[in-house]
Amino acid sequence: MGSIFNAQQIVNGLQVGSIYALIALGYTMVYGIVRLINFAHGDFYMIGAYAAYGAFYLFNASLGGKTGIVAFLVLAASMAASGAVALLANKLAYKPLRYKPKLSSLITAIGVSMFLEYFFSALPVIGPSYRSFPEIIPRTDITVGGAIISNYVVIDIAVAAILMVSLTLLVRKSSLGKAMRAVSQDKDAARLMGINVEKIISFTFLIGGAFAGAAGLLAGMTYPRIFPYMGIQPGLKAFIAAVLGGIGNIPGAVLGAYIMGLAETFASAYNSLIGEGISFAILILVLLIRPTGLLGEKTADKI
Amino acid sequence: MTRFKTPKLLITAAVVYGVIQALYSLGIINGYILHIINQSLIYVILAASLNLINGITGQFSLGHMGFAGIGAYVSGTLTTLIFKLNPSIPGSYLLFIVAILAGGLVAALVGFLIGFPSLRLKGDYLAIVTLGFGEIIRTVFNNIEYVGGPRGLLGIPKFSNFTVIFIVTFLSVAVIRNIIQSPHGRAMLSIRENELASELVGINTTRYKVLSFATGAFFAGIAGGLFAHLLQLAHPTQFGFSKSVEILIMIYAGGVGSLTGSIVAAFALTFLSEGLRLGIRALADATGLPIGGEWRMVIYALLLIFIMLFRNEGLMGTKESKVILIEEAD
Amino acid sequence: MKKFAIVLLLAIAATSLSVAQDIKIGGIGPVTGEAATFGVSTKNGMTLAVEEWNAKGGVFGGRKVKLIFEDDKGDPAESATVYTKLIQQDGVVAIVGTVMSKCTLAGAPICQAAGIPMITPASTNEKVTQVGDYIYRACFIDPFQGTVGATFAFKNLNVKSAAAIFDLGNDYTKGLAENFKLTFEKLGGKVVAYEGYPTGVTDFKAQLTKIVAAKPEVLYIPDYYNDVGLIAKQARELGFKGPMVGGDGWDSPDLVKIGGKAVENGYFTNHYSPDDTRPAVQDFVKKYTAKFGQKPDALAAQAYDAMYIMLDAIKRAGSTKGTVIRDALAKTNIDVVSGNIKFDANRNPIKAAVIIEIKDGKQVYKATVKP
Repeated sequence: MGSIFNAQQIVNGLQVGSIYALIALGYTMVYGIVRLINFAHGDFYMIGAYAAYGAFYLFNASLGGKTGIVAFLVLAASMAASGAVALLANKLAYKPLRYKPKLSSLITAIGVSMFLEYFFSALPVIGPSYRSFPEIIPRTDITVGGAIISNYVVIDIAVAAILMVSLTLLVRKSSLGKAMRAVSQDKDAARLMGINVEKIISFTFLIGGAFAGAAGLLAGMTYPRIFPYMGIQPGLKAFIAAVLGGIGNIPGAVLGAYIMGLAETFASAYNSLIGEGISFAILILVLLIRPTGLLGEKTADKI
Repeated sequence: MTRFKTPKLLITAAVVYGVIQALYSLGIINGYILHIINQSLIYVILAASLNLINGITGQFSLGHMGFAGIGAYVSGTLTTLIFKLNPSIPGSYLLFIVAILAGGLVAALVGFLIGFPSLRLKGDYLAIVTLGFGEIIRTVFNNIEYVGGPRGLLGIPKFSNFTVIFIVTFLSVAVIRNIIQSPHGRAMLSIRENELASELVGINTTRYKVLSFATGAFFAGIAGGLFAHLLQLAHPTQFGFSKSVEILIMIYAGGVGSLTGSIVAAFALTFLSEGLRLGIRALADATGLPIGGEWRMVIYALLLIFIMLFRNEGLMGTKESKVILIEEAD
Repeated sequence: MKKFAIVLLLAIAATSLSVAQDIKIGGIGPVTGEAATFGVSTKNGMTLAVEEWNAKGGVFGGRKVKLIFEDDKGDPAESATVYTKLIQQDGVVAIVGTVMSKCTLAGAPICQAAGIPMITPASTNEKVTQVGDYIYRACFIDPFQGTVGATFAFKNLNVKSAAAIFDLGNDYTKGLAENFKLTFEKLGGKVVAYEGYPTGVTDFKAQLTKIVAAKPEVLYIPDYYNDVGLIAKQARELGFKGPMVGGDGWDSPDLVKIGGKAVENGYFTNHYSPDDTRPAVQDFVKKYTAKFGQKPDALAAQAYDAMYIMLDAIKRAGSTKGTVIRDALAKTNIDVVSGNIKFDANRNPIKAAVIIEIKDGKQVYKATVKP
């Protein structure tokens, strides 16, 4: 049992969970406002990784050596690119279907996701090949209590925490957040109160996309290999994490993500066969006991 | 009511079957087109059965191909590993039918077992749980060495030909149609329209939800069995999430709750994805652009988005299920 | 649907008129979907081979080759459709394809039933060629590479304990790992850890932590370069210092790009060594790099070889009849990139494996292992 539940495996699990958390935050936020399972969210994450890749080679040539500035510019580029694509997807594909049956937007989201994956794969400058991701910040390892911890783990956890807290503050404390919550509860009532509903939704997509972009950058650094289909699996896992925590609930997404990261790690270490299905099994168990997820609010049927 | 239309439906089907058979034997449609027709027919069963769950009863399932996987593996195991059937021996078709039915029944049983606890979940939560079950089913196949593990179940005899597939598809669609038009079907429809109200007028919503789920799973299992005996193999990756999504696309592109829509979309999308092969090649030859097969799916995805944007009720809208509602109102 | 059928018929008529003289060969690989990068290499390898044959004046009687390449997305259902299309619609005389074993297994019965000879460049599952006498392959079978890897580790690297990590959902990597374990234990070694991971994950640390704790002297990683790069990096981060061994999935210029220093002290079984001075190898690497702007990986080399083997058989057959080509394939004796190829009674190639070492970021020839 020594190699299953030890400090190293906890670090491994937190690492996996952090990447899930970063993607799940954007997922849950978009869901919270528009009630849309945005299947393309994992692809926004992929775009963030590619934007970071391009930006690094662009800026590093002229600013070589200034790690801090380059890293900041790369982060900005990845967030901007994913945010922009999310905005565009919302405007072109989701907005026209806003007041149509919910499931037509869902199918459209699947279409957007397929389009982004196949388009990037077909595009000659990107192509389907795997690319090695540059080491934007030098990697260092330290050993604490028998566990090897890299600075990337620390960065990933820190960024996930910062984003979670700032997002929670934004939603709970700012007037913009108030408007977001209003739109989430009742679009029509929000509009009557003078809230520009479409503006709020666009803003939500922008933030959600930007978060996915940041996640793409961090995942690229942590697992230095990117390709056009890289968003499918983490996207699915992040979605599950968001539902596990109670979809639409910001701290819930992060909680769900870390539970899944740790569970997958321990289960894989115990027996690889169990590792494969564990996140689904946990999800099902939790939902059967608490149908709205761990931190989700119970809603009564409207009559 | 439409209940007396069944003979008419039977005649239409017989004519369609005869025409396709004749065109094939005359060499006007080749084996390739016939293969696409075969695949489309199997997709018709999958789409129609998912429509019963998603479109008619309004329960959102994302793991439909998991049931097809059960059907494929159960029937494939029976014909390949247990009965060791050979299609050229007369009479072996009887055992093949037994195997296909067994596949459907096991899928229905699993659908019942899964449906019972999970159908108290709603909307997206139900969707994610069905997705989870689908993936777990796939993982289970992946790890059973007896049925080939990640190598897949191989050497399945080829029982599925056009005649078999056509007959099974016709029967499946006819049964699903009759369920939809029966009082049971109306009860399911009422759950989609307003679950709470249905409950209040005395419909046992849980019972009907589970019934619809298990029936859908049964036909998915049948379709999976046909597929395995067409491709002569069953592989875990064929029954994962992305495949379930393909079926989902069919029912929404065709129109939620419309059986005709499911049939049209199953054919249209299968032929579209194949037709694009020729289209892309023609475009490349005509323009001299260096575009190849990698652009096929880009165009497919774009067309899908356009269908949803400009005909967001699907190709056939809610044709049948709406008609019933109006008749009810009268 | 009617309009579509008319367009389809016109397209058939147009293609059959314009290229009546060419010999049509079908090519298949996954150029979209998650295995797309392997499909593109396969397509490139085939395209280069066809161009070379056409530049030399064709196959026989001045008849050139027309390659009709189709995408199967790595999905067995699409594979079955594409095989049927190439045979029934395009009327190809032979097929080179496809990559993934599950897809090739969906296509092989179709070729066998239609009497169309086919050769798969990269499907390693033993069952593929057992489908029938029209089905050949240009690559190793699963047991061979696993056995060679284990023998090399035990005898040449002189280690007594090993660990293996493999993809649970991929029959190629699982097959290699199983056979590595079998042979290594038969030789008297001990496999101290044997861990799987699901397809598509990027974090292997849970399994690797367990492996490192078992203190193996060598780590067997029989996956493709994209995963191997990540696994090697993570294994090194967790403190594994010993040698690593793998299969032909390692052969790609991207292995070192992704894995960096972590893949040093790594060895893999392969079809050929880029150091090989034979003109077949040097020409191939040079032409491929010039045409596609990147060095070939194993899949490109295998696809190139498979196309050569097929065209050589058609040339010797002097005919486009399936039975004649099939019989010519059986008598194959040709020098291609991966060496001299002859087929055994099971239509698998009899060819030696070479062991390549990764040294200072380069592939260096280490040893040759005869079957």
